[in-house]
Amino acid sequence: MASKVIHAYYNDDDVLMHAVKKIKEAKHHIEEVYCPFPVHGLDKAMGLAPTRIAITSFMYGCLGLTVAIVMMDYIMIDDWPQDIGGKPSFSYIENMPAFVPIMFELTVFFAAHLMVITFYLRSRLWPFKKAENPDVRTTDDHFVMEIEIHDNERELRNLLLDTGAVEISIADKNDH
Amino acid sequence: MYTFSSRLKIASIVLMVVGALGLGYGFLTMPTSVEEAKAMVASHDHGHGGSHGEAHAGADSHGGHDASHDEHLLHQLQNKPWAALYVAAFFFFMIALGTLAFYAVQRASQAGWSPLLFRVMEGITSYLVPGGIIVFVILVLSVMHMNHLFVWMDAEVVAHDKLLQGKAGYLDPVFFLIRAAIFLGGWILYREYSRKLSIKQDESDDNSNFKLNFKISAGFLVFYLVSESMMSWDWIMSVDPHWFSTLFGWYVFASMFVSGITVIAMITIYLKSKNYLPDVNDSHIHDLAKFMFGISIFWTYLWFSQFMLIWYSNIPEEVTYFVSRIEDYKLPFFGMLAMNFIFPFLILMNSDYKRINWFVVMAGIIILAGHYIDVFNMIMPATVGDQWYIGIPEIGAILFFAGLFIFWVFRALGTVPLQPKRNPFIEESRHFHY
Repeated sequence: MASKVIHAYYNDDDVLMHAVKKIKEAKHHIEEVYCPFPVHGLDKAMGLAPTRIAITSFMYGCLGLTVAIVMMDYIMIDDWPQDIGGKPSFSYIENMPAFVPIMFELTVFFAAHLMVITFYLRSRLWPFKKAENPDVRTTDDHFVMEIEIHDNERELRNLLLDTGAVEISIADKNDH
Repeated sequence: MYTFSSRLKIASIVLMVVGALGLGYGFLTMPTSVEEAKAMVASHDHGHGGSHGEAHAGADSHGGHDASHDEHLLHQLQNKPWAALYVAAFFFFMIALGTLAFYAVQRASQAGWSPLLFRVMEGITSYLVPGGIIVFVILVLSVMHMNHLFVWMDAEVVAHDKLLQGKAGYLDPVFFLIRAAIFLGGWILYREYSRKLSIKQDESDDNSNFKLNFKISAGFLVFYLVSESMMSWDWIMSVDPHWFSTLFGWYVFASMFVSGITVIAMITIYLKSKNYLPDVNDSHIHDLAKFMFGISIFWTYLWFSQFMLIWYSNIPEEVTYFVSRIEDYKLPFFGMLAMNFIFPFLILMNSDYKRINWFVVMAGIIILAGHYIDVFNMIMPATVGDQWYIGIPEIGAILFFAGLFIFWVFRALGTVPLQPKRNPFIEESRHFHY
């Protein structure tokens, strides 16, 4: 059975923030808020769990650092030792300063790229994916708040209008 | 309105007295003859690692070279208390100067988050006057040949040194002191004038003082960046007069900037713990900790940029600087990297930890100790060589200047209300929220 959801449209992020707080106070569960841009503090107001992406980023950084260390050891010391700048010591530690820029770059590279890829996967975004946002205006100047209806359409409608919604519509729940 | 508590006042005076005793001990036990110096080294070697003893035994066998070596040793030991005094004097002066730069940046960028902390910064920069005068007096005493911190001041040395003869135009004792006076004069002038405008703004009914402060701060930053760089060549780099590094000024700047920001954070946390600064919230501490984290990495970046180029190119007149440090100063040289980079990097990386006050204080103590060692590594190798030791004179000097710093800064904090009243951004600062 497809349940119904109510969509409330807002056209100002401050109004939206107040609305989210009011609706949370009234003990309604907000399914989703679609925004044209990130709204500072919205995740906290909606009661979303804090992001763990920073932890993954740290782990990816450690991975990148390890890759750089092992890679430079293989390339410059083990596989084909080279005399550059009169430092043919065949010793990793004595050549280490020369590898620091590579360690730095690969740490940043791994941390940044893998974090973005993780973010895409976690947000279920991939090429040719059909957009989830219910209204194209959420990519321009409108915010849409989605709340599931449990035989309380009237009450919700009044509450949402009270919070400054500029438009309200009912839709079937999209189960992605 | 903050009142300088008598307990803190007594603590700072005790620090000064104990520190002065330690320094006095250092000067009193300074060897006056070559024989005394040799005896000191012989007795010292028991606790100080056998490698020095072996090195000296090797040197003794050279015979003809012996006398000049002993003379050199005497000078190094005579430099020890002076260098201890100079490193600590410069380190605490550097904190005030770094804070002044941070303050000027906040003024010139018209930052909205920081006005609540302006009085704390102004309190710290009040130390510029006594700290600057002490450093200047040490430099004057050096010019008067009371010590051998700067070898290029010795006409005898210059007479036998082609490189120093080439630099004699710039490294001239009188010109050196004139430059020092200009730098110090400029910094203190800005500090006093900006402070005056800042206090006047509290009672004024328009923003003219604030606007003027913005303009002079922007102008000051130009003066500061040039003068700070030259100061670092004069006061620090010239102790190794053959060596040069083009980014040395930046490197010293990063060190003083992070030390200054750390002290701002620590004093703010202290004042908050005593229920002053009621409007300062965790977000302000968070921002200061972000700066501590970021500038620590910036410092490492500059340290490494300087090190790697010199290490890689391996040019004799450049690389001796690092060779002597890695051979004789292994522990402070690499320990400083752990304290100034790895420790703050790991401790302050997590966003939540930047809001935990005792974490910030703990990181701050390590950062400050690390940057003391940084200055130590800049001055000591050229002045005392392998005779370095962090003993009574060194610790005494730190305690003395720490006491003076605390005394002067907290006395200044008690003279005006801790919260600026009419700064146009004070509301923004009060509601600052991360």
